This record gives sequence, structure tokens and C-alpha cells, in this order.
Amino acid sequence: MSDTPDHISPQKFMAELMRYRKGSVSRRHFLGVTGLGMATTVLGSAMPGLITRPAFAAGSIGDSVVLATWPNYHDPASFEAFTAATGAAVQVNVFGSNEEMLAKLQAGGSGWDVFVPTNYTITTYVEEGIIDPLDMSKLPNYDAASFDPRFAGPGTVDGKLYAASKNWGTTGMAVNTSQTNGRVLTSWKDFWDITKAEFSGRTTVHDYQLTTIGNALKSFGYSFNSIDPAELADAEKLLIEVKPHLFAITSDYQPPMRSGDAWLAMCWTGDGKQLNKDIPEISYILGKEGGEIWSDFYAIPKSAPHLDAAYALINFLLDPAINYKEAMFHGQPVADARVDAMMSAEIMADPIIHPAAELLSNLEFGAAATLTDPNRAEVMARFKSA
Amino acid sequence: MRPKLINRLLLAPAGIWFLAMLVLPLAVVLVFSFGERGQSGGYVPAFTFAQYLNLPARWKAFENTLTLAPVGTLIVLLIAYPLAYFLALRANPKWRTLLLILVIVPFWTSILIRSYAWIFILGGRGIPALLDMLGLHNLRLINTPFAVLVGIVYGYLPLMVFPIFVSLERLDKRLLEASADLGSPPWRSFLQITLPLSLPGMATGCMLVFILLMGEFLIPAMLGGGKVFFVGNALVDLFLQSRNWAFGSAVAVALVVVMLVTVTIYMRAMTRWGNGRDDVSLM
Repeated sequence: MSDTPDHISPQKFMAELMRYRKGSVSRRHFLGVTGLGMATTVLGSAMPGLITRPAFAAGSIGDSVVLATWPNYHDPASFEAFTAATGAAVQVNVFGSNEEMLAKLQAGGSGWDVFVPTNYTITTYVEEGIIDPLDMSKLPNYDAASFDPRFAGPGTVDGKLYAASKNWGTTGMAVNTSQTNGRVLTSWKDFWDITKAEFSGRTTVHDYQLTTIGNALKSFGYSFNSIDPAELADAEKLLIEVKPHLFAITSDYQPPMRSGDAWLAMCWTGDGKQLNKDIPEISYILGKEGGEIWSDFYAIPKSAPHLDAAYALINFLLDPAINYKEAMFHGQPVADARVDAMMSAEIMADPIIHPAAELLSNLEFGAAATLTDPNRAEVMARFKSA
Repeated sequence: MRPKLINRLLLAPAGIWFLAMLVLPLAVVLVFSFGERGQSGGYVPAFTFAQYLNLPARWKAFENTLTLAPVGTLIVLLIAYPLAYFLALRANPKWRTLLLILVIVPFWTSILIRSYAWIFILGGRGIPALLDMLGLHNLRLINTPFAVLVGIVYGYLPLMVFPIFVSLERLDKRLLEASADLGSPPWRSFLQITLPLSLPGMATGCMLVFILLMGEFLIPAMLGGGKVFFVGNALVDLFLQSRNWAFGSAVAVALVVVMLVTVTIYMRAMTRWGNGRDDVSLM
């Protein structure tokens, strides 16, 4: 056993540890003589996040943040910029429905720091005690005055802001017009009718009770949010009748629309915009009976393991310049006037992103009761298992 | 006294694992199945048979699972047997290991990614486009029970090949020589010697594939487009969409019962078929 500083015998290490514990030597002496100080320095410098932290003090918000969100909803470059600025890597979990998010949060142990709930779920999250009001002092980029209250409003419950507006959108239909022989679809009734006839085997509907049942209800002229058993029975009858004619029940309908397997899809604004941008003959239409208008938010679960990082991420994404880039990526309209001011006149006039006011006025926001109603869930389940 | 104590200590970890990972969760599921759904989802304690009475609402899911799982198992068996036979008895021993590795290579990639590949192969621009050129128009493959069967065969083949391969490789070749010397044609040797002796491998493979298929949800979800609904899919929806833990638990209990019954019948049948021979075991 040598006594060189880079190699210490176990006996000597224990002796030094005892001396340090008794206080007879300093911490600096202990780390130096055992080589632990050098080892820690080497290990520390091997961690990439520890060396360069331009904007934030080292380690101030931790090295990771977990975001639960929707498909095709963020520009990956935004997360890279966030990591470069703060040292916290963004881990993204993608979800298909608000029900699934609620189920994960109710079950506990989700590990999420930020998630993206839709307007009609927020009161449920507040009642269930899953989210806390946001600490506005940590979100300097959130300027309440610049947000359109129609879309940002549901984030406030009992006068307290629980969720910050991300963007809004509509639920309509994407149709491949090269297959319609000149026929123009204008309503949800057309949607279901053509599916049972010329488009048999070419239509997809969401794997999501709110919109699939809601738009079946609309074709009868009922409310999108109806939980009336007789009206739901009509919707169920229609859905089961249509089922053999569907291509798929899926919320991931971009691939079949792009490949030409599907010609008609129940579709959200952003997907409609993305499809239309790449394949111009796919147009996005709102049903004239009405349908859904929705608004998504950033919220922080009570159980968030990295609270500071959660606020930092929301604040970063709400920076109008970043939010503008996000909107350019996902193709959904944003409720922040500061972001709208950056948009070109062409985008502000785009009928997919900003539909005409008279079309919007027919649309309904989803209701909290629709999310938790057990009958709607059962109707959907029976439709899927039929 | 002392060896007994040591035995108990050594068995304790396995016992605790068994209790915590199998008995307790099953007990929880059983208790939940008699409860009710909470106002905004989850579970509320109660004692009701309502969840069990509601089971017919998922009849179609049970029907789909109970037809496609056995049919899938049978097709996997029919494809796996010749492959295992070739690998064990016909393939050049020099290449055998390499060929065996090739059978498991697909397992190195997640089934999710491989299913995505099948979505494209079976989709409109894949095989149907080729058939279209041959004059077979508008054939729909993706999102049909056929597509789900293709996924099942593809995903589960190795699980069937290996047990059969092992039982064929152990086959005493002298029996085949004796059979040939006694004037038996090859097909008869196969039916009377090879096939019965590979029965244990077939039984094990079928069991493995069938039990896993009964709980399958990924392949029907990916290749069935939400239109081919298994009990596994019903369970996923009940816990993640409806958040109806009570009914979900009842469906889970029903699935366990159905499995116990089918597996018991299967084992009885296999034992009878094997005529009580002690070289035919099930696992």
C-alpha cells in the first residue's frame, strides 16, 4: 500500500474519516487527503448541464422538467432553446385524451411538472384538488390583459388563475376534396351521410367520446354537450350504424389521410392546418350545425416534482416570441394579442386558423359534466366494442 | 429445527414477492369489482353485483378475443411447426445458431415500432397497391381482423418456434431409423414418431401464445384501427377513458375466470390426448 495522494488504503481512509468526524481535521483536508475532492470535481465537470448555464444560476431549477401534452403540439426547437437557457431537459409525454390525463393524475405518481388540460376539465381538477392556483409572480410573461377572455377565461376558477392559456382551436372535419366528385360537405349530417355511402371505409372518427359523440349529437341538432339519455341513445344508434363504414376509430388520423387510405377525418384545427399545408386538396370544414370550440392551458399538478422548473417552462413558452414560433409550428390560433400582433395578415385571415365569426358563434365549449358523465363514457365504449 | 428455519428464511423472499405482486393485487381487483364508480371516476367502496350484471355490455370484446386468440394460436402453430422442424432436423448444423438468432432478431425492436411498419405494409400504399396492379382492386387489409391476425402471427411466432424446436432437437433419431428399417414411409414415421414426441413442445408453445394473446391490446389497437376490440382494449378504455375502476375490475375478474376455465379444459384435453404418457408434459 502506497501513501501517495491518489491512492489511499481503506484503513487510512477510515482513520481520516474518523478524524474528520471528530472535527480534528477540516473538510478541505479530508477531501484532499482521501482524493474525494478531486473525484467530485472530475465527476461534476463530466455533467454537461453543470458547466454552461448562461441565463440561470447553476442548478437553480434542476436538470429536468416533465411535460404532459398532445401530439404535434410543440416545436422541438422551443425545448432545445429552453434547455440551453436553463440547463433543464424537457421530457415530453404525449396523450390522446383529457380522460387519460385525468386518470393518470387521479391515480397519483404521474411525475408531471406541467400538463396541458382543455378548458372543460379545469373545474374538475380544482374540485379534485389536483391543481393549485398559479403563482403569478413566477410568470412575468403572462399578461392577463392581452389574453382574449373568451379563450383564457376557463383558466380562472373562483377568481383565481389555475391555468394559463396556451392556444385554442376548433373541431371540424378534414376532407380530401379530390374524392368528393365536386360535392361540398358543410354539416355533420353530411359527414355521417357520406360515410354511410360514397365514403364507406374511408372515414375516421376520434377515439374520444367528447368529439365523436358530440358531433353525432350535432347532426341531430342536439347540444354538443348533451347528457340527455334519449339524445345519447340517438347518437349511439347513429354511431353503431356508421361503424362498419369507418376506416378507423383513431385520434392519430394524419397518417391515413396523408397516405390516401382515409378521405374524411374528424379533425382538430392544428391537424387540419398541417394536412392542408402539405396536401392542398385536403380542406378543413366546420359543421354548420356547430360543434366544438376549445381552449388548452398550461397547469401545474400539486404533485409536481420540479416546481421551479415547471414555472420556468410555462413562463418560457408564454414569451410572445416563443409562443409565436410555437403557433407557426402547430398551426393553432393563440389567444394572446401580443402574439397575434406578430402574425402576418395572411395568417390572421387564414380560414382554418381563424374561421369566420358566424361559424365560430355556432360552436360550443365542452362542459365539465360531459367529461365526467358515466353514460357518455359507456356509449363510447359500446360503440367501440360493437 | 435449524434446517427448517433456514428453509423458511430462504423461501421468504419468494413468498413475499408472490404475496405482494400476485395475491394482493388480485384481491384488490376482486374487492374493487364489487364497488361503484366515483362521481368523477375512480372507485367508491360498495357491495353490489351491478358491475358483473353489466358484463354483457362487453360481450363483443370477449367474443373477439375468444375467437381471434385461438385462431391466432392455431395459425402461429401451423407456421411455426415447419419452421421449427426445418431448424431442428433439416438445417445445416453450421448455420443453425445463426438461423435461430434470425428468428429472435425482430424481438430486439419494440413491438410498437414493428406494428407501425405493418400499418404501412398493410395500408393502401403497401400490399393492396401491389394487388391493385395485379387486378385486385380496392382490397382493404389494414384495420380488419385479418390485419390483427397478421400482427399476432408476426409478433408471437418466436414464442412458438422455440419450444417446438427444443422438443424436436431432443428427438432420438434412432427411432426414425428403426421406423424406416421396418418399412415405414417417411410420412408415417412423422405421424407416429416425430409428431407425438414433439407434442410437449407444441403444448407449451400454444399455452404461451394463447395466454399472452388473451391479454393482448396493442396489436388490435394498432392494426385493428379501433375496430377490432379485445378484452385488453376494453380494460384500457375502462381505466384510462371511462375511469370506471369498479367495472374495469369486474371485466378483469371475468377475463381471469375465462382463462382459468379454458386453460383447465385445454390441459385436461392434452393430458387425455397424451394418453397419460409420462414423457408428454405440458410445460
